[in-house]
Amino acid sequence: MSTYEKDGILIAKDLKIPSEKQLEKGVAIIECVQEIPCNPCVDSCPVHAISMKDINAPPINDYEKCIGCTKCIGVCPGLAIFVIKVKGDTALVSLPYEFLPIPNSGDTVTAIDRTGTPRGKALVKRVVKNGKTMVITIEVNKQDAMDIRNIRVIS
Amino acid sequence: MRIRNHPIIDFKKRKEIPFRFQKKTLVGEEGDTIASALHASGVKILTRSYTYDSPRGFFCGIGKCSSCLMRVNGIPNVRTCIAPLTPGICVEMQEKLAQLPDAEFKKKPKKTLEVDILVVGAGPAGLSAAIEGAQQGAQVLIVDENQRLGGQLIKQTHKFFGSKNERAGTRGIDIAAQLETDLRTFEKEKKVTVMTDATVIGYYESKNLHRFGVIQRMNYESILYDVRCKNVVLATGAMENMLLFPGNDLPGVYGAGAVQTLMNVYGVKPGNKVLMVGAGNVGLIVSYQLLQAGIAVDRVVEAAPTIGGYHVHAAKLRRCGVPIQTSHSIKEVYGDDHVEGAVVVKLDSNWKPIPGTEEEVKCDTICLAVGLTPSTRLLSQIGAVLEFIPEAGGYVALHDASMRTSVKGVYVAGDASGIEEASTAMIEGKIAGLAAAVSLGFKQNKKLLSHYQKELDQLRAGPFGEKPRIAKQKIAHLAEEPHVHV
Repeated sequence: MSTYEKDGILIAKDLKIPSEKQLEKGVAIIECVQEIPCNPCVDSCPVHAISMKDINAPPINDYEKCIGCTKCIGVCPGLAIFVIKVKGDTALVSLPYEFLPIPNSGDTVTAIDRTGTPRGKALVKRVVKNGKTMVITIEVNKQDAMDIRNIRVIS
Repeated sequence: MRIRNHPIIDFKKRKEIPFRFQKKTLVGEEGDTIASALHASGVKILTRSYTYDSPRGFFCGIGKCSSCLMRVNGIPNVRTCIAPLTPGICVEMQEKLAQLPDAEFKKKPKKTLEVDILVVGAGPAGLSAAIEGAQQGAQVLIVDENQRLGGQLIKQTHKFFGSKNERAGTRGIDIAAQLETDLRTFEKEKKVTVMTDATVIGYYESKNLHRFGVIQRMNYESILYDVRCKNVVLATGAMENMLLFPGNDLPGVYGAGAVQTLMNVYGVKPGNKVLMVGAGNVGLIVSYQLLQAGIAVDRVVEAAPTIGGYHVHAAKLRRCGVPIQTSHSIKEVYGDDHVEGAVVVKLDSNWKPIPGTEEEVKCDTICLAVGLTPSTRLLSQIGAVLEFIPEAGGYVALHDASMRTSVKGVYVAGDASGIEEASTAMIEGKIAGLAAAVSLGFKQNKKLLSHYQKELDQLRAGPFGEKPRIAKQKIAHLAEEPHVHV
């Protein structure tokens, strides 16, 4: 049994971790590891990097093909896709966000990890609207990029 | 208690509607039910136990549990959770048993309607059945108890899973709107008659056709319809399960779906701090939607050793800081006239509470997300063969692959045919509507039926489809037995 089945939190061994080079290019990390009947991410990918054996199979992202465009983030019904792009000591993390208030580009927000724990401040670099789902890009320390998965707007 | 700002739903301030409650004037909003307007005004005690005089609030919020019965404009036993709020109505609590009113229909003659297909229930399954039947050329009447079409879709603010054909990536609330648009097109072409705020009250004797009594409540001036149809599709949905623990009857203990209705349909907060019981998809999704409505969720407790719902839903909650405690359950709820807190307890590997692990949770709302039971009373009255199938959630009508039950011309679809979810309910509805039309001689399209059945099989193929897959296999197997004759 994987620990996420008990606590709802993925750990490194549950995921396919991209190489340094792939992270520098920018890739989508799909945190969808169970066999559930769902496939909008496959259709959303402009370069056909995301594939699925059948509708129940977990999606596989080909990090070589993926261009980190973030289109799949706002499409995923499970809000389970994040795009990481490393640049020097920092990294851009793009994540889905469905709460109020919506931050603006240039705001400072609290970065939060998979366990809901605050991990310091982050600068909002971009806010893109996809229907009612916001795709928010924040800048964090490179070493936190694989952990930060949420934000809290500082009021 | 009103939600004004919401990330997904546009809750504009609506027209105010004054009404009378226990000799006081309260104000609700256009689109409210009586119960949602009372809730928004802080009135959560709707009835009292006949035996113990203890207070009761509503549990299901969708017209199924009867714990919200009140007297409205002199009419007793009105289900206030689905009864529309209209200006100036007089709402009263009932003392003990209600009195039978003066003949409600005395001066009004009943009206007769004859159609090819009657569809009962306008949720995802019923709407799909009506649209499919009309598409094939059949004359359809669709009846629903609520003011709005869409069944439980109208509270589902999350995006659906599945494939493009089942509108994956679209929110439930938007799917409801799309299905309604399709249905209204057929209504304009006079192929479909839509009756909302109406209840099918029973099945009656008839020589050739199926015959039902239907009451339509028009501003509490009911009209009785005598409906005759060649075929009927029963898409009556399901009801949320109760759990046994001391204090489970206190106002503030709700079905998770009831809270979802209250906040996402009517824009009313159920409370300020919630304890969620059950980490299946309903418990996880409603917890997230509570957060989106600005309501705190203390934790989710789950009696099973693992989370039952999709990991992606659990992950959304965890990164918002909501703990999920597996092998934990609710021991009791306490409070004077309303929930003030609960005690949760850790369970051992045999699901028995471990003494000394009790923990107190201060909260004003308990949500129970512990499964659903199919609504099969009409099917039972019609005489369809029912069997208890645990994987289907309880008693269900046996049916074949075209959703036909053991009674000729009687079809079933959606949760009423076994608990599942809305994507498969829509396909089952299409199958039932198609089969019902084809049996009447409307254009045959064998390929379409097998296409829909293939889609169903695909959605049920994964590990999360195991339960409905087993349920449907058992149903199909039993339906073939000689005494059933499906």
